[in-house]
Amino acid sequence: MYTQALNTSDGDERHVEDAERATQFQARIDADERIEPNDWMPAAYRKTLTRQISQHAHSEIVGMLPEGNWITRAPSLRRKAALLAKVQDECGHGLYLYAAAETLGSSREELVDAMLAGKAKYSSIFNYPTLTWADIGTIGWLVDGAAIMNQIPLCRCSYGPYARAMIRVCKEESFHQRQGFEIMLTLCRGTAEQKAMAQDALNRWWWPVLMMFGPPDQVSQHSDTSTKWKIKRFSNDELRQKFVDATVPQAQFLGLTFPDPGMKQNANGNWEYSAIDWEEFKQVLSGNGPCNRDRLAARRKAHDDGAWVREAAMAYAGKRKQRAALQAAE
Amino acid sequence: MATPNIPLWEVFIRSRNGLAHKHVGSLHATDATLALQAARDIYTRRGEGLSIWVVPSNAITASDPSEKGMMFEPAESKIYRHPTFYDVPDEVGHM
Repeated sequence: MYTQALNTSDGDERHVEDAERATQFQARIDADERIEPNDWMPAAYRKTLTRQISQHAHSEIVGMLPEGNWITRAPSLRRKAALLAKVQDECGHGLYLYAAAETLGSSREELVDAMLAGKAKYSSIFNYPTLTWADIGTIGWLVDGAAIMNQIPLCRCSYGPYARAMIRVCKEESFHQRQGFEIMLTLCRGTAEQKAMAQDALNRWWWPVLMMFGPPDQVSQHSDTSTKWKIKRFSNDELRQKFVDATVPQAQFLGLTFPDPGMKQNANGNWEYSAIDWEEFKQVLSGNGPCNRDRLAARRKAHDDGAWVREAAMAYAGKRKQRAALQAAE
Repeated sequence: MATPNIPLWEVFIRSRNGLAHKHVGSLHATDATLALQAARDIYTRRGEGLSIWVVPSNAITASDPSEKGMMFEPAESKIYRHPTFYDVPDEVGHM
């Protein structure tokens, strides 16, 4: 999943670049051509994409944590197998995305190190805790649902490797959303207590999920260049509205209500929602969400605990290479 | 300390017998055995393949995209290499 349209593109950085090449580049984009790794591209395009794709990759990896929290406590073997598969998918998505980011010239190690150092962002949504089993249902249904909304247009992004990675991701993401909805449906058809648990999860996740689409259009000043470069095809507010409109009937089917008494359908059929608390979003992004420190600490621990494995594998490969060279010399 | 770089591999998968192996992406692994296992886990979680090739990325020699004009022009100007270049009267039927 999970680019957040954090919209810190570097489109306004003026590099001294060949104006003719820049014009040719824009003409290729306008003609809907895909840009491939070794093609000439403006430095700002490279930088914006490296940041966006690596943030997306970090989000997939950090996104394993809130769900991994429930693997050992899934209520049945069926649920456990599905959750394991889903978390494994998120890891795979992270790896496709790191590979796509690397084609722009940064190494995966560099990108991962930046995340572990707290210098790179990931989606704000993963800084919220998963308190009950219903949170796993809600994440699949809404968080992955929002991600799909965001990612489907990215399958047509101008940068080839990113678009190809997104096609794979979107295919797999659909299972995630359906398994989440099934969890919610089971809870909603269960006891009053189970249904209350589902409602509580929706109440806690709804606003953070709406924030996943990024700041409102009137304040996201950097969207213009991303749109011009066809990295972004829809604005944050457009995608958010599409998501809300798609989600309302699903919640109605479940018999759940949104924690937004002001919500109403307008004459165009769109569901209007109340003002989003952007201060909360800002706080979570700047490290003050409920789980920010926990998530980074967990990633660092996993990375440090795995260091000996990486070292041993490198040493083994080195030894084998040396032995092969010796045998060849004999 | 910065994390040391682990070699990059390109992954090719044959999805069905009768089809060619097709590039699907890349991954990092310290040796060929681990690269194959990682490719299985990363790129074939839903039965996408029957056969996998992994190739060290630095073993690939690629044409230069900035010279693609020069590289591919000779083919573009030779329209007589295509069957539609030749006139065959309708009466002759499909050829």
